[in-house]
Amino acid sequence: MHYYSPSNLLERYFPMISFHLDGHSGIAPYLQIVGQVRQALLLGLLCEGDKLPTVKEVVAKVAINPNTVSKAYRELEHLGLAAAKPGVGTFITRSLGDASLAEHGPLQQELRAWLATARAAGLTELGIEAMFQNTRRESAVEEK
Amino acid sequence: MNAIVQTRALGKSYGQRPALADCTLMVPPGHVAGLVGPNGAGKTTLLKVACGMLAPSTGCIEVLGERPGAGPAQLARVGYVAQDTPTYAGLSVADHLKLGAKLNPRWDAKLAQAYIEQLGLEPKQKAGRLSGGQRAQLALTVAVAKRPELLILDEPAARLDPLARRDFLRHLMESVAENDTSVILSSHLVSDLERVCDYLIVLVASRVQLAGETEDLLAQHYRIVCSRRQDAGLPPELDVIWSEHAGRQSTFIVRSQAGLPSGDWSAEHLDLEDLVLAYMERSADPGRRTTTRTKEDAR
Repeated sequence: MHYYSPSNLLERYFPMISFHLDGHSGIAPYLQIVGQVRQALLLGLLCEGDKLPTVKEVVAKVAINPNTVSKAYRELEHLGLAAAKPGVGTFITRSLGDASLAEHGPLQQELRAWLATARAAGLTELGIEAMFQNTRRESAVEEK
Repeated sequence: MNAIVQTRALGKSYGQRPALADCTLMVPPGHVAGLVGPNGAGKTTLLKVACGMLAPSTGCIEVLGERPGAGPAQLARVGYVAQDTPTYAGLSVADHLKLGAKLNPRWDAKLAQAYIEQLGLEPKQKAGRLSGGQRAQLALTVAVAKRPELLILDEPAARLDPLARRDFLRHLMESVAENDTSVILSSHLVSDLERVCDYLIVLVASRVQLAGETEDLLAQHYRIVCSRRQDAGLPPELDVIWSEHAGRQSTFIVRSQAGLPSGDWSAEHLDLEDLVLAYMERSADPGRRTTTRTKEDAR
């Protein structure tokens, strides 16, 4: 892990990423933050060694409960994506950049093929959305 | 650590009129608790009882493990900002800080100074000439610099424009993060509460309708849309909070502590605002309430 790369020096003044909150998504705020970190990792905006903004920085910017941010960071640690260095901050411990998106290329191909079949079968975009959501929810419940 | 607020069968009446009835609560420490309810629900009464400005008529209350207003030491632990964030119109910003320093044993002058500078408030400016947002920030600064363990805020942001409100909440959350302060905050604006509160109390018609960790409450409630049926047509473990029936379709808002059984419906979680509104409507029209169900109904 490299804590003192030039990017770390830069982020001492400008945090690498900032968070936002969608109040009407029905998704718990801490999971929204976890999701945004994952997203940034997938897009390659965050890499191993990057420091996440401190809890105080986040709440002063986004106006959310500090416990929410701490909980999100704990969840990131639990997922093995970040690690806390006491007194220093929370750092990204794994990159999920291009490599992992490329890994999932075949999955995306399958999804494309499925979408084409669904449209050919006369499903509207809304119908596709509803079927996807329902199926995803059901399968998540079954896998629990 | 003691609960922020613990009440048992707390009640407060003004003459014959009950403002608060049978209120039993336990807000765990280290939380930012939101108190929400329509006008006249008893929010201000509850907050005034909690800071010791009003004595309860019945029941008991402890704040940080002590009776509110029990003595100077207890008063120093609790900061209170009344409705519409009052300040002294004829006093300057600097006068407010001087007053705070004289009146509060744990006053943090450095912190107060830093906040005023950060907010860009001119020390010589009379409070009466500040904008609503600046007045709210000044009142918050005085309350925070008192270094309380608990801040009680009554509708602090209700009259502010969206930008000033967001600034106010940022400032509040920053001080919560920095000083580990617990907060009880009343508001009509559920969208604000959703951001900042990790504990929620819904008060309607002088009674507590719902209280719990925001996240648990969000996880336990679902909106179910299905073919038209009576409340009893749903599994008995679902507590129906709210229902609406159209010609062919029924919509329910239900609470389930143990996940949602699968059924012939589509279900989704709802946001805090819809959740709160469901409880408010239910208590406004108790005829709709479905809490007890007999076996006959369930068939």
